[in-house]
Amino acid sequence: MASPAEPSIGLRFEKVDKRYGAVYALRNLTLAIAPGECVALAGRNGSGKTTLLRIASCLTRPTRGTLSFSGATENQNPIAGFVAHATMVYDELTAEENLSFFAKLLGVANRKQRVDGLLQEVGLGDRKDSLVRTFSRGMRQRVAIARALLANPTLLLFDEPATGLDPEATLWLTGHLAKLRDSGCTILMSLHGESAIARLATRAVRLDTGSVVADTRSGRDISIRIFPSRADEWACFPTPRRC
Amino acid sequence: MGLLSDTAALLGKEVRTEFRSRELLSTTIVFVLIVVVLFSFTFDPTTNESHRFGPGLLWLAFLFAASLMLQPCFLREQVNDTLSALRLAVSDPFAIFLAKIGANTLFLLMTELLMLPVFAALFNVSFRGQLWRILLTFFLGSLGISVAGTALAAISAQARMRELLLPLLLLPLLAPILVASTEVTVSLMAPEPFMQWKGIGFLTLFDVVF
Repeated sequence: MASPAEPSIGLRFEKVDKRYGAVYALRNLTLAIAPGECVALAGRNGSGKTTLLRIASCLTRPTRGTLSFSGATENQNPIAGFVAHATMVYDELTAEENLSFFAKLLGVANRKQRVDGLLQEVGLGDRKDSLVRTFSRGMRQRVAIARALLANPTLLLFDEPATGLDPEATLWLTGHLAKLRDSGCTILMSLHGESAIARLATRAVRLDTGSVVADTRSGRDISIRIFPSRADEWACFPTPRRC
Repeated sequence: MGLLSDTAALLGKEVRTEFRSRELLSTTIVFVLIVVVLFSFTFDPTTNESHRFGPGLLWLAFLFAASLMLQPCFLREQVNDTLSALRLAVSDPFAIFLAKIGANTLFLLMTELLMLPVFAALFNVSFRGQLWRILLTFFLGSLGISVAGTALAAISAQARMRELLLPLLLLPLLAPILVASTEVTVSLMAPEPFMQWKGIGFLTLFDVVF
């Protein structure tokens, strides 16, 4: 279940700018991600992580610069599984209806079996007939993760995937991502702080004001340079006044 | 998946979510009902006046109801960013647009059919023997409103002043379809009803062009 259907693909961002009005979300960003790499994106709020992921998914076009794909799907959009901040599922449909609907659009074979299997894996097997609007944030996130994994994507884009997940679900996600990484799936995920999921990364990139400020494959560097200590991370904010 | 199968899947989803939430249908049905009842009590028309002004009032109510219905059709895809998920899943994004047109036409047509007996009772008009002609007129009129309206709803959904923008763009654009639909309905409500094929031709042309 963890293996991608197609050989994995790589991405290359070449001098990419993304501007929203006068504000640059990404500025002259060049980044190459090899097929099968598992890359953790770090950085403060507003550093450009989400924009980078949306450009990688082809949902947003860069203002300047290019994104190209390498590998089996050269010059074609890959089958991307994307988990964004928003859950991208319908509140008025049940968990099963949501997954069946997206599976139908994605042309997933053995739809019923695949949907049931994924719902069991994310721990929603007994709630598959409940409307998503009755779910907690964490349960919605599980549906979102299941939706992203439906078509055995060759490229996985995760924007803070553990948001709202309890320790049990985070553990499952970590294990599943490890299997996907080992099977050669290209993974690009934005994370805040070091975690079990962050430790899966074979490479980590830190963004600041839309540019790459650190890029490392060393485990020690990932801890020190990419996910600095909490005190360093928050040093830029003023200390709150005591009441 | 091809364009047609994607459209069918998306249309099925639109119908299922709408029948669960009844967000669009309840709003438009209540709105048209209020307008038709208010018109009826305000003007207190004679049978002759009903034949002359009734269809105009009816289509005006449908047009305003449509603008209420069209506004949220793309906005509700923004709540959980489901539009992005659809764009990632469909092979041709045109399927999303086609499904929205299909759903809007269907919901508008349902509103119109529910309101027809209420209108007939309040305005003392009869559609006996003209039902399929009325249905054809309603279908072509609703399709025209949905085709142009869905395109404008998609454009205005990203705009800042979208609540104002959609009616501003929609009403002038739909004036020709309103006029043609009204004229055809007037001819069908006349004491000696007849089908105005010229009007039907115009409605068909509008639908095809847009």
